[in-house]
Amino acid sequence: MDFMVFQYPMITVQACLDGILLGILFALIAYGMALQWGVMNIINIAQGDLVILGGYIAYFMYLYGIHPAWGVIIAPIIMFFVGVGIYKLVINKVVDRDLFISILATFGISILFMQLMNFAFGADVVLANSGYGTTFLFDSAVVLPNSKIFSAFVSIVFAIGLVIYMKKSKLGRAIRATAQNARAAKILGVDTEKVYAATFGINAALCGVAGALISITFTIHPYMGLPYTIRSFMIVIVAGLGNLPGVALSGMGLGVFEEFADYILGTEFRIGAVFLLLVLILVYRRFKLSRKREYLK
Amino acid sequence: MSKNIILYAAILVFGITAPFIFPAFKVQLSILCVLIVLALTWNIQGGEMGYNTFGNILFYGLGMYLCASVQVGMFFPLAEWTESGGEKTFVHTPAQFFQGMAVGLVVAAVVPTIVAGLIGYAILGLRGHYFAICTLGLGVAAGEISGGIEIIGAGQGFTTPPFPDVGGLEARGEFFYLLSFVALVLTFIAVRAIYSTRFKLILNAIRDNEDKAEAMGIQTMKYKIIGWMISAFFCGLAGGIMGGLVGYIDSTDVAFDGREMGVFMVLMAILGGKGTLWGPVIGATVFHIFKEGFWTFFLGWQYVALGVLIVVIVIYFPEGIMGWLREKYPERFGEVVDEADRKAQVELK
Repeated sequence: MDFMVFQYPMITVQACLDGILLGILFALIAYGMALQWGVMNIINIAQGDLVILGGYIAYFMYLYGIHPAWGVIIAPIIMFFVGVGIYKLVINKVVDRDLFISILATFGISILFMQLMNFAFGADVVLANSGYGTTFLFDSAVVLPNSKIFSAFVSIVFAIGLVIYMKKSKLGRAIRATAQNARAAKILGVDTEKVYAATFGINAALCGVAGALISITFTIHPYMGLPYTIRSFMIVIVAGLGNLPGVALSGMGLGVFEEFADYILGTEFRIGAVFLLLVLILVYRRFKLSRKREYLK
Repeated sequence: MSKNIILYAAILVFGITAPFIFPAFKVQLSILCVLIVLALTWNIQGGEMGYNTFGNILFYGLGMYLCASVQVGMFFPLAEWTESGGEKTFVHTPAQFFQGMAVGLVVAAVVPTIVAGLIGYAILGLRGHYFAICTLGLGVAAGEISGGIEIIGAGQGFTTPPFPDVGGLEARGEFFYLLSFVALVLTFIAVRAIYSTRFKLILNAIRDNEDKAEAMGIQTMKYKIIGWMISAFFCGLAGGIMGGLVGYIDSTDVAFDGREMGVFMVLMAILGGKGTLWGPVIGATVFHIFKEGFWTFFLGWQYVALGVLIVVIVIYFPEGIMGWLREKYPERFGEVVDEADRKAQVELK
């Protein structure tokens, strides 16, 4: 254990800034999960693996000499079709079924993706070097890589763009209508099948953006997907479905929590702390609701 | 009824003689016994109670670590043992080994039961997918945390005490087979006994409609916790045996292996048919044969196969083998089928 955090206030500032920038990325992934959870009522365990796949797209562009930042444009386009493909093959058969069936089916997809990525890209930890340099604040006491600032900025742009798209466009209206009442939407002539496919595709595209940013900012590895799924699930249940400012805030909160857990408990307990936090949040909500004789739905 | 007794006797005789008939498959048969135990215990939650858990792996891994730690810690300093890794600085005498194993298995079964009671009180109030994700989180968290604890080997793993020098490899195989087979028989008897009582009906009531069950005056929380504790007891036992059998414990690859064992137990129960007594047994057997075939002939592609298998089973075969049989031969399951009724239905079509 290391209590540097309390002795040097600048480390606290560093951890907070890192955590917020990281949390914005988490919030982007969680936004995708909230979207498809709300519309299709499916919990996608493969969410994190879609993120990592997006990361590998950016990484390969970097390997072939294209600047990885272009991955932010290319990865979502590819991932959109990957998402639609997954929907057509698997998800459309589990949409109306028991939620556990969808959890298990996407768990299978997750294992499949993990292993395929392991074959295709190798089991090494990789990162795409953006060459953006670093920013020093407060007499070099706080070090911020510019790539982190870039990734947070891009995430915000994409999130705002999507919110506007969902509000204004025809497809966005159809998606929102389906989320409210799929049957009524069907009666009024919305092709819900197409809406579901588009929703899953958009979710995958968001994952692609986030993945590309993660490959620039942090590192990627074929088996790193599940923690991202758990983080986004946690953010969604804390914020609630359809509460976008809540998603952004709880994402940042989670990021800050993780950075502090990293400093205080040590890096080896970082993922463990995330998963334990999930359990604690669920238990807290359960006890809070059980006083009113209710439960999480 | 007499047919059943003959069936059980045949299985028992086969189980006892199997390691001598197929001496090459002793380890495989022991693993099969452990898998069946895990599938049977998962079925108490997922099948009968409707609480689909990914978290039974927690008790399995806990049992594994506890059994090995007790077995070592009773006679030698634990920290130095794990420090030395696989090197044999300390050697168990046969008497020490078996004593340690016996005490270790008891601890491995009892402590997870208590843990299940405590955790169950906290999280069994969650329902449906929240419960599933929460237990998934618990399993992964346990793996990550145990991978950071020095005294049980941290990242480098924990070598369980090697089998003492009596009878060599043959005796080791027979000993662990016997142990796992006894565990299987105990589990099966216990589960069968449970399924013939009111307790099972209560679990089914919770599965079908928990609110109504509560309204009928059933203290659902109490029964859910008891159900989970029974699962944990046998999961811990299975874990303890498996730890000795494998001989090496790693936090994320052997003990809290949510990606393998944690999914396997769910898959086996679903493949065989949730909510039936024999389903998990059949499912585990079929799954194990399939898995071993894949692991041998398609080495490296096994996880791809596993992923595809999960998707296919879940989408196209959610009722499992028993469910399919039940649809095909309802008479065998004690469902009364009226001949005239059936004819009328056929004519209607």
